Amino acid sequence: MADSKALKLKEKQEVTAPAEQTRPGLIFTPAVDIFESDREITLLADMPGVATDDVTIDLKDGVLTLTGDVKPCEGQNESIVLAEFETGRYYRQFPLSEVIDQNKIEAKLENGVLRLTLPKAEKAIPRKIEVKAA
Amino acid sequence: MLTGRIFDLPAMGWRNLFAEMERIRREMDLLTSTLFREPASRFVPAGVFPMVNITEDMDNYYVRAELPGITPEDIDMQVSGRGLSITGERKIPAEGENVKYHRRERESGKFARIIELPGQIDGDKVDAKMVNGVLTVTIAKPEAEKPKQITIKAA
Repeated sequence: MADSKALKLKEKQEVTAPAEQTRPGLIFTPAVDIFESDREITLLADMPGVATDDVTIDLKDGVLTLTGDVKPCEGQNESIVLAEFETGRYYRQFPLSEVIDQNKIEAKLENGVLRLTLPKAEKAIPRKIEVKAA
Repeated sequence: MLTGRIFDLPAMGWRNLFAEMERIRREMDLLTSTLFREPASRFVPAGVFPMVNITEDMDNYYVRAELPGITPEDIDMQVSGRGLSITGERKIPAEGENVKYHRRERESGKFARIIELPGQIDGDKVDAKMVNGVLTVTIAKPEAEKPKQITIKAA
């Protein structure tokens, strides 16, 4: 793609009440890409402003929960000139099927993008069965 | 109420009728401007990617933008006069040929934005850094613009 299209502005998606929250502040839904290959399912989530230590990935009862906390980066004495976006924690849940090998899940955070690799369990990897000639 | 006034008082005449209309128009303007005025803390976004937050303190302006997955090499920034231009491209690499997408919410593409700062800036003292997908540009205010402390001498 030589000339890619211009990037459109998308407002950050605020979540009203995903669950009972124990902390005050805004909650946003990260934009995600999910794709599947023969061996694994990969999830990419945009979480700008989240440090590696502030990501929580929780897997319980077949539900994958992503949480990312954003620390405010403004200094103490700064006053606002223009404010177009707000920051807050990221939160999103996905139901996960049985075919995932839950012990081998890997996560990596780079430039504000979380990459989650969910390998499929051995039994779920498609196998080609060859028919032998008699 | 309005019809009542117009039709019940024939002596009012056309001149007064227009004056009355004008008065109503002014009141409506006032009403709409109070209803739709944004509270002071909220701003109307320019509608251009990326969204930016600008703050200032005594010494600097700070421009922040959320640019997840964009490496510093993909961003081009220039300062001229009071303006800061940020252009670049968000690339999302292809993930192999044999993948099936279930969801595709992240978008790629080029972006360009020019921001004009409210005061003079020192174009030689601009510092930009990218941390966890958030771009922070620190632009120094020129010495002449900085507020100065004035001490009052006792006589």
